[in-house]
Amino acid sequence: MPPLARRNLFHDKIRLAVTLTGITFAVVLVVVELGLFLGFTTTTSGLIDHSQADIWIASRHIPYIEQGIPFSERKLYQVRATPGVASAEKYIAHFASWKRLDGGHESVQVVGFNTDQAMGGPWNVTSGSVADLKRPDAILVDDLYWKKLGITHLGEVFEMNGYRARVVGTTHGIRSFTTSPYVFTTFKNAQSFTGLQEDQTEFILVRAQPGVNLEQLQRDLRGRLHDVDVLTTAQFSGMTRFYWMFTTGAGVAVLLAALLGLVVGIVVVTQTIYATTMDHLREYGTLKAIGAPNSYVYRVILQQAGMSAVLGYAIGITVSFFVVRGARQGGASILLPWPMALLIFGLTLLMCGIAAAVSINKVTHLDPAMVFRN
Amino acid sequence: MEVAIRVRGVTKTYAEGAARVTALEGVDLDLYRGELLFLMGPSGSGKTTLLSIMGCILRSTSGSVQIAGREIAGLNERELPRVRLGHIGFVFQAFNLFPTLTAVENVEVALELKGKRGTKARSEALDLLAQVHLEDKWSAYPADLSGGQKQRVALARALAGDPEILLADEPTAALDSHTGRSVLELMRQLAHEHNRAVAVVTHDSRIADLGDRVVHIEDGTVSSVEHLRPGSDFIPGSHSSTLDPQSPLARSL
Repeated sequence: MPPLARRNLFHDKIRLAVTLTGITFAVVLVVVELGLFLGFTTTTSGLIDHSQADIWIASRHIPYIEQGIPFSERKLYQVRATPGVASAEKYIAHFASWKRLDGGHESVQVVGFNTDQAMGGPWNVTSGSVADLKRPDAILVDDLYWKKLGITHLGEVFEMNGYRARVVGTTHGIRSFTTSPYVFTTFKNAQSFTGLQEDQTEFILVRAQPGVNLEQLQRDLRGRLHDVDVLTTAQFSGMTRFYWMFTTGAGVAVLLAALLGLVVGIVVVTQTIYATTMDHLREYGTLKAIGAPNSYVYRVILQQAGMSAVLGYAIGITVSFFVVRGARQGGASILLPWPMALLIFGLTLLMCGIAAAVSINKVTHLDPAMVFRN
Repeated sequence: MEVAIRVRGVTKTYAEGAARVTALEGVDLDLYRGELLFLMGPSGSGKTTLLSIMGCILRSTSGSVQIAGREIAGLNERELPRVRLGHIGFVFQAFNLFPTLTAVENVEVALELKGKRGTKARSEALDLLAQVHLEDKWSAYPADLSGGQKQRVALARALAGDPEILLADEPTAALDSHTGRSVLELMRQLAHEHNRAVAVVTHDSRIADLGDRVVHIEDGTVSSVEHLRPGSDFIPGSHSSTLDPQSPLARSL
């Protein structure tokens, strides 16, 4: 096939540059906004998703993890007695006040868990270890927040709600969606730091025995326990994400910005593809006059739009990669997983397809007799 | 002689606001295979409208148009392009080449529309360029060709798929007289030696002597028909078979 679409596209270099700039801009904007959305969403439920628990037991109707309400730890024994439960542990995620050495105060979120079990602990531990938390007053703090909390080295001692806290290790990349950094410690220490009574817990994390049907176990636990919610990890994660993203409006704002990027892209690309079509209108008229069906002309326009999409996407995703990397180094949580990159490729094709549709509409109504008018 | 296009009682009117303008009225015309026919007349006389209707680009308001014996007056917008593709090659005043394609690619576009692709299309396109004596310019872009060469490429494109009818609208208007004449000689050759029906709209009376017949259009009607080839029997009936010394063409020559 004669490369009419390709030649037309590359014929006017300036117009091609404008088209590709428009698509690249749209791709970068959508990547950043969707990446932020994804980063925010993942961050809100980070504790839940990394808990390695199958089921979470929490007070009734709490919308997200930061809203945990203490309840009696007696329920823990009822849970452990339920057939199908491999292990169950108490868990705290509660706000506390951190006193910096310079006298300033910061809000932190104390995460207390059983250090003898894998459930609910920190991940990406880069110095020290979970076992170090067994030492009195020991805590782990992510290195992202050392500056905020005034930490300069391991072994440093601070105050949390009037109790002594010693930094024995650090993690990397465990962000908090709220402005309060996570402080990992033993369940017992956490009770002290947060003022929780000795016979209380905020959550119970449950791990099912291998091969147990989780839905069935969830039903069994609901039958045995009262005044608490029994949620699978996925359900609790979804609730928390939904709360932060859609109830607070944070997610909607980010999604709207992504949509705006898409709209801007569509407008720019539509204008340039339409202008290219208008430039070549006489050629399309000639094609129709010599007998080309509309579908042939549509194909030429769609090929131009498709090539613009592929080129614009390739440039856009490359630029986005560097933007995302730079943003991460700057502390922002922007994710660009490959399914999202694939989704954005689909969106780019859609964007260019919509842009081409306007030109196609123009060509559909083109009178081939125009070729006789000079 | 075999009739390629038969036009009977064709009328074309346009709406211009509340008024109706008649571009053609009751036109009868036969275009024969092996003939080079000129449609001549002043601007706005309706000759290009007639050519458009003969080429299935425009629909007549009333009357009958038959191409290769098939009535096309009732065909819809999807069927008309197929008739054009199957039977007719077009040559335009402004050449209408695709500027981003080379000469051979311009011809290949037309071949592709007729279902020919790849090396076969390339080989046929090169043959067609050779027919119009442009085999050495196959890789040139239109911008690098002279007016006459562009029109020859357009002619090669029109010949793609070997249509039995060639319709040309002012093909020499953008060319100097010598080049225009050589293009017309080529078209006459295509008519006579390849048994094609060739109709040419032209203002250029200097080249009219190359044709077999001249049909004069005035105010949307056929005002006169002149037969330039002695012994020509293209038009059934009692038309003269030689150039009438009093005719508009003879006077202009």
